[in-house]
Amino acid sequence: MKQEKSFYLAPYDLNKVFEYFKSRGYKVFGPTIRDEAIVYDEIASVDDLPVGWMDEQAPGFYRLKKRNDKAFFGYVVGPHSWKKFLFPPVLTLFEAKRENGKFKVYDVNTANEKYVFVGVRACEISAILIQDKIFGGGQYTDPNYIKRRGNVFLIAVNCTEPGNNCFCASTGTGPRVVAGFDVLLTEVIRDDLHYFIGVPGSEKGEEMFVTLGFREAEEFEIKEAEKDVNEAINKFKRSVDLTDAVEVLQENYENPLWEKVSEKCLTCGNCTMVCPTCFCNTIEDVTDLAGQVAKRIRRWDSCFTMDFSYIHGGSVRYSVMSRYRQWMVHKLSTWKNQFGMLGCVGCGRCITWCPVGIDIVENLKLFKESTVKL
Amino acid sequence: MKVKKPKIAVWKFASCDGCQLSLLDCEDELLDVVGAVEIAYFLEASRATVSGPYDISLVEGSITTPHDAERIHKIRKVSKYLITIGACATAGGIQALRNFKDVKEFISIVYANPSYIETLNKSTPIADHVFVDFELRGCPINKYHLIEVINAFLNGRKPNIPTYSVCMECKRNGNVCVMVSKGTPCLGPVVQAGCGAICPSYNRGCYGCFGPKETPNVFALSEHFVKLGLKSADIIRVLRNFNSYAEPFRKGSEAYER
Repeated sequence: MKQEKSFYLAPYDLNKVFEYFKSRGYKVFGPTIRDEAIVYDEIASVDDLPVGWMDEQAPGFYRLKKRNDKAFFGYVVGPHSWKKFLFPPVLTLFEAKRENGKFKVYDVNTANEKYVFVGVRACEISAILIQDKIFGGGQYTDPNYIKRRGNVFLIAVNCTEPGNNCFCASTGTGPRVVAGFDVLLTEVIRDDLHYFIGVPGSEKGEEMFVTLGFREAEEFEIKEAEKDVNEAINKFKRSVDLTDAVEVLQENYENPLWEKVSEKCLTCGNCTMVCPTCFCNTIEDVTDLAGQVAKRIRRWDSCFTMDFSYIHGGSVRYSVMSRYRQWMVHKLSTWKNQFGMLGCVGCGRCITWCPVGIDIVENLKLFKESTVKL
Repeated sequence: MKVKKPKIAVWKFASCDGCQLSLLDCEDELLDVVGAVEIAYFLEASRATVSGPYDISLVEGSITTPHDAERIHKIRKVSKYLITIGACATAGGIQALRNFKDVKEFISIVYANPSYIETLNKSTPIADHVFVDFELRGCPINKYHLIEVINAFLNGRKPNIPTYSVCMECKRNGNVCVMVSKGTPCLGPVVQAGCGAICPSYNRGCYGCFGPKETPNVFALSEHFVKLGLKSADIIRVLRNFNSYAEPFRKGSEAYER
C-alpha cells in the first residue's frame, strides 16, 4: 500500500488553508466560542477558534476552562454537530403560489453553497457516514442532504484527549480518524513545540497541500503526533462493552428497570436534538390566510414528542418510559436491524446536554447487569 | 358570487389586554385577516359591533367574578367555535396567584370599602366553565399562532401548534443550553414551545409563559433545581408565574410548600 504523505503545518498555516478555500468560494465552518460554549459556526481565521480553551463535561454539565497551553483543538465536542449544516433544523422544502388560476411549485433550495468543515472528530465522521446512509442510501434519498454533502470539504482532527463523557473507543468510532476526510490534522503541542501533521484523504486534499506548498513532515515530527494519538485510547474515563447490546436490550424490553432508568426523563427531546445521528423530522404544510401561498417546511422532530407516535386515536407511546425506551433501544439495538450498524457514535452529547444528566452508558450497564431475563 | 365572511368576536375577561393586542399587532397580516373574516365584535379595535351568532369567539382572560361566570355561558351559546387565548384564559393567569391564598384577606387590606368588591375566591380558566374548542397558550400569545389557529379553523384543519417542549425550539435555534452550560434554572424542558425560545436565546432561563407542555415531568425538573442550589421557596416562585394554576405547575409548587 502506498504510504500517504504527511505534511508539516505551523499553527498559523491554518489561515492559509482557510484563505485557500475562501478564495475558491467556500464558507469555512469550525469550532468557535459563543455563549460560554464551543459551537460550530462560520469562522474567519484561526483567531476565531477556541485557542487555549477546553471543556469540562459531566452528565448534564458543561463548562469552558482555560488550558495551560495555546492548543487550537484542545477540547472535545459541544452542543452542536455538523448535522445542522447538512440536515438543517428548519428547512423550507418548496413553496407553491397561485398564479393565473394555476398552482405553481417553486424550488427554494437552489443555492449551491460549498462548505469547509474544520475540526471534525472521528465520532462525528462516523455520524456523518451514518446519516449518509440514511439520507443518501436506499430507495428514497434526500436531494437537499445529498447536495450539501457533496459540497463539503472535510478537515478532520484526531482527538488526543477524550472528554469525560466520551466513549467512542467503546463504539469503535474513535478516537483515531481512519476514513471519510479530505484532510486529517493531528495537533502536537509541547512546551517548546506547536505544529500540525496534515495527511490528505482525497485528491482535493492532496491538491490543497501541493498548491499551498507545505513541506513534508520529518519522521520525528510524525512520531510525536502518532504517540499522542496512540495514547489517547488509554485516557478514556468511560467505557462499555457493546458486543451484546443489541440482544440485551431487545431481550429486556419488558424489564421493569425501564421505569427506573426513565424516572427523571423530561421527554424534552434535548438528547435527540444534540445527537449527531438522530435524523427524524416532521413535515408541516402552511398556507397564508389569503390562500395564495403555501409552503412545505421540514423541522427536526423527536421520538420524545407525543405527536411523533400519533396515529388515529392517539399517541402510541404515551408513557415517558415507552418514549425513553424507544430512543435508547433504537440507538443501541434496533438501529442495527434497520441500518446494519449502531446509531450511537460515543460522542457523549446526549449525556452532557440532558438537562437532568440521564446517562445512556450507565443505563446500558444496568441492563447488562440485570438478571431479569424475560 | 359574494361569499359571506365568517364572523369573529373577541371577548375580554380578567386580563391585561395583551393577547387581544396581538391581533392588532398583526400589522402586515391584518389586511389579510380582515379580508378573510368579518371582525364582528372587538371592542379594543372598534365600538361598532355586529350581533351574534359568531363563527369564532376568541376569549381572553380568566373568570374571577360571579358576573363573568355567567357571561361566559352566554358567549358559548352564541359561538360556533370558542378559542381561548393566553395564559389567563387557559390557566387562570398571573391573577391565579390568589388561588394559593385567602382572597378575603387581600380585599380587607387593599380596599377602603371591601363591601363594594364582588369577587370569586379563585381565578379560573375558561375551560373550567364551558367547553373550549382550542386553547392557545402564551403570555402573551404568539401572533403567528393566532393567525394559524384562525386559518386552521376557517379551513377545517388541525392547527399546526406544537405541544412539545421549548427545548425543541431552543435547540433548533442553535442555542447553548443555559442550564447545562451555566447552571441557570430553566423551565424549558417542561414548558410548551411557541415563543421561539426567546429567553434562553438571550441567556435567561425560561419563565414558562406558554404553560406546561404535553406530559411534563415537573417533579424531576424541580429535583434538579434543588441540585442546582434552589431552595423550596425559590422553586415555588419559579413555578408560580403566569401559569401557576395549570395543574402540573400547581402540583409541582404545592409539593415544595410542605
